[in-house]
Amino acid sequence: MAGGDDLKLLGAWPSPFVTRVKLALALKGLSYEDVEEDLYKKSELLLKSNPVHKKIPVLIHNGAPVCESMIILQYIDEVFASTGPSLLPADPYERAIARFWVAYVDDKLVAPWRQWLRGKTEEEKSEGKKQAFAAVGVLEGALRECSKGGGFFGGDGVGLVDVALGGVLSWMKVTEALSGDKIFDAAKTPLLAAWVERFIELDAAKAALPDVGRLLEFAKAREAAAAASKDEFND
Amino acid sequence: MAGEDELKLLGTWASPWVSRVKLALHLKGLSYEYVEQDLDNKSDLLLTSNPVHKKVPVLIHNGKPICESVVILEYIDEAYGTTGPSLLPTDPYERAIARFWVDYIDQKLVIPWKVAFTADGEEEKTEGIKQMLAVVQTLEGALKECSKGKPFFGGDSVGYVDIALGGLLAFLQGTEELCGTKPFDIANTPLLLAWVERFTALDAAKVALPDVTKLVEFAKTKRLRI
Repeated sequence: MAGGDDLKLLGAWPSPFVTRVKLALALKGLSYEDVEEDLYKKSELLLKSNPVHKKIPVLIHNGAPVCESMIILQYIDEVFASTGPSLLPADPYERAIARFWVAYVDDKLVAPWRQWLRGKTEEEKSEGKKQAFAAVGVLEGALRECSKGGGFFGGDGVGLVDVALGGVLSWMKVTEALSGDKIFDAAKTPLLAAWVERFIELDAAKAALPDVGRLLEFAKAREAAAAASKDEFND
Repeated sequence: MAGEDELKLLGTWASPWVSRVKLALHLKGLSYEYVEQDLDNKSDLLLTSNPVHKKVPVLIHNGKPICESVVILEYIDEAYGTTGPSLLPTDPYERAIARFWVDYIDQKLVIPWKVAFTADGEEEKTEGIKQMLAVVQTLEGALKECSKGKPFFGGDSVGYVDIALGGLLAFLQGTEELCGTKPFDIANTPLLLAWVERFTALDAAKVALPDVTKLVEFAKTKRLRI
């Protein structure tokens, strides 16, 4: 890492968006200060660093804040281009494909999944679940195309799409435990199921993914407090 | 431009997302074939080019499709890095800031606008308008910061944020008639008002943006399907 590079990550351990950034930093071999925010009592630094959304993650690089998980990932990839592996390929078309699937993960999987988990009515939850499962089906095809025989969306190595999806893996396991449904089912989406097992074995994943047991307790406690919840993890 | 370089844009004349791509292509000085789509009767080309979303815009470059307006914009900037002006800044931090504001526009402006336009109840409509105006106010601040006194979000020349917001301009100009409120006014958003004047005067805008009157009529009859 270049001398004098100060990296500070404002985050919250349960957040899958923060996990994405931790994954990227770990993959790149970058040291950083991990600042745990209390989302019910946001720090001055967070409010000052992300005045528009007041959300985590925020990556502060030499005092300059970068917000939004996928923007942070591309920033890390560009600034630290000569450090560790690249998250995006060099070819513009392949970059466009990767960005397309990142947007798909966020819009079509993560957003409905959150509705499934946190929806206010059974109807909302059921619709979210249906859409999330449909997205998983589409992502199986995406993985087949993008991996070109390698083990990841990024091909032979981990790429931006892998990190975007990998960041939510602990939550997917928690959702499976809470609902009794298998999201990445080896019978229905064999490539994705294998990808999950491969991903969680990565050193970066072991360093960055929150412990599933701890996250499950957190999820249960939050569900129990749902009536009074201010929903601070709604990012 | 390299020989044999073929660009085809699948779009609909009213779509602000398509307008964004037209703006970028014009600003870069790139020739392309525009193919108007009938979204009630989707063409085979559209369905094979965008099987996932079946939406416009789709940019087809030498037979290879790229989908999603912001993905297309970044693609154009990267594939044609040495042609015409750059759309994104070269500095990684400034690029992150530009991406942040484009993401903000997409996440925060469009939904309240749609609510303001389509809401049946007064309360819902008022709430949509209120949220939309709050977002516009934030964008006024963004313009001040990003432009640093220069004409555009991109500084001296039109950039990524300008294009992302500019693509929506015909809708923004039609907002008073469609939603019952002016999005920009001299008291609250003087910089944005000046930016609108400047942007609509660009050659690229004249070619890429639909006629506001035509758009307003269309939006009213179709009740918004962009």
